[in-house]
Amino acid sequence: MTFPEAADEAGPPLRADVDDEQGWTRLHPLTPLLRGGRFALALLALFGQQGLRETSSTTAVLAVLGGGIPLAVLLGWVSWRAMRYRVTDTELQVDSGVLTKRNRRLPLARVQSVDVVRPLFARFLGLAELRLEVVGGSGGAEAPLSYLAENDAEVLRMRLLDLVSGRSAGTTADTPVEPENVLVVVPLGPLVWSTLLGPPLVVGVGLLVVGTGAAVVDLSLVPGVVLGAVPLLLGVASFAVRRLLAEYGFTVAETADGLRLRHGLLETRSQSIPAGRVQGIRMREPLLWRPSGWVRVEVDVAGYSGGNAEEQAATGALLPVAPRDLAVRLSARVLGGDPPPVSRPAPPAARWRAPLSFRRLRVGLDEAHLVATSGILTTTTDIVPWARVQSLRLTQGPWQRRLGLTSLHIDTAGRRLPGAIAPHRSDDEALDLLAEATACARSARRVAHLR
Amino acid sequence: MIEQPDEGWQRPDRALLTMRRGVAVWGVGGLGLVAAVVVAALGGWVPGLATLGLMGGLTSLVLGAVERRCAAWGYLEREDDLMVRRGVLIRRTSLVPYGRMQYVDVTAGPLERRYGLATVTMHTAAAATDAYVPGLRADEAARLRDRLAALGEARQAGV
Repeated sequence: MTFPEAADEAGPPLRADVDDEQGWTRLHPLTPLLRGGRFALALLALFGQQGLRETSSTTAVLAVLGGGIPLAVLLGWVSWRAMRYRVTDTELQVDSGVLTKRNRRLPLARVQSVDVVRPLFARFLGLAELRLEVVGGSGGAEAPLSYLAENDAEVLRMRLLDLVSGRSAGTTADTPVEPENVLVVVPLGPLVWSTLLGPPLVVGVGLLVVGTGAAVVDLSLVPGVVLGAVPLLLGVASFAVRRLLAEYGFTVAETADGLRLRHGLLETRSQSIPAGRVQGIRMREPLLWRPSGWVRVEVDVAGYSGGNAEEQAATGALLPVAPRDLAVRLSARVLGGDPPPVSRPAPPAARWRAPLSFRRLRVGLDEAHLVATSGILTTTTDIVPWARVQSLRLTQGPWQRRLGLTSLHIDTAGRRLPGAIAPHRSDDEALDLLAEATACARSARRVAHLR
Repeated sequence: MIEQPDEGWQRPDRALLTMRRGVAVWGVGGLGLVAAVVVAALGGWVPGLATLGLMGGLTSLVLGAVERRCAAWGYLEREDDLMVRRGVLIRRTSLVPYGRMQYVDVTAGPLERRYGLATVTMHTAAAATDAYVPGLRADEAARLRDRLAALGEARQAGV
């Protein structure tokens, strides 16, 4: 759904390819309205409750709303007037600010990913937000362009990705949207089941056991147990709902620029991960998923600084749930090569340091990647490309020293997946691993440098 | 043991040990003296002397720990990377390729300045990198910083 008339009324059509003489473009003219609307909703939520409680203040609430919303829209309009952006061959330039002017120049060489986010209300108006993540971002997207017309956002994204990947930018609004090769669509069934087969099931069963126990001991305990369970249930429910809303309809597609992830029910999000920008991959196999052979794949791109919990839930997954072989194939595609098998088991002494996870402590490496597995209930597989290694560390605690064990840490610039650990290797092996890792990372760095 | 061959490793200056010993003696020893006086005033001579002895023993223990910790520090400038080792109870060896260094900090607190010392910290794009060397003479710290910066520039690689 779009509002082309609205754009036409505002003078020249504001599209990414129609600019003033210097190429500056404004955001979509409906932006202040949308922001004002969100402000109004917040006001409503704040005062609505009070208004319901004391009917006498209803007029006051109406007055606040009547004055507040136009004021918010007006302020939004002023800041919209002050904001403009343009794309040069090397930079994204954003000027903003009414009282304090800010001119931001974002070198495209540092762009790690480009996301198009459509919050629910923006979707009604056919608008979208464009978010760029850069290396060393300090939290949140560095340059959120909100809001653009959906089509403009897509075109701008393609143009930015072209420039990021070093291809010449011939992209305009008339360029047909690039064909994308859909690799995976996650069906709803496994998505729902896999979410339920996590914390919700554990909490549910736990409560049932506690409740039954309480009922057997003394029936009068039951109301207390039920009451105590409410926050726990709410927490679990919000986790499940948040995850399902964010990962609904998860689609992985491949384009010329890299991978494209599309997902979300109310707020939809379309992430672009340029080829070769992945810091690391983690595959998780919770105990309860093992009968169905499911795996969750998470990915970290430098620049995804985490943000709030919702943001984290929305950006972490490369594949929320999939059969193992599919997950492995997709991971290989993202990494640009098959990861090596985890061929090296931990030494027998590690059994004393990590008795529960001992069987899973395995490491494998080749000239491109390091793979390490660990975990007690959830089997975790971390894959790190040598080209992304920032530093290497050996650590040895007192108990490890007694057993002759040393852990190797591989640090990357990822925030959510800050590298991999090869825990509890024998001292000699750890030293060998360090030497191998140093050599592999060095040659991978040189290759990356030459490209 | 994660011991590296010893040749080429450089150590913090002796003054670091002097400084930390001073901190230990003034900190733990001074506290012990105060505690002994308080106990003596409240409970008589015998508990006071016992406290003094106890705190004296504690001070010598801390002094021993300080010595071992200082002796554990070392850094090695290799062809492509800097290696830093530290720790007694938990031993750590960090390896930072010059090409991955984002910036190098030289810091010196008031106490360090009195002893003419400085700390050099290496930062990479990874938050987990924890390579730093305390207790370098100011001129050695400046030399190390400049060398790291120059090597880092020569070998800079993208994230």
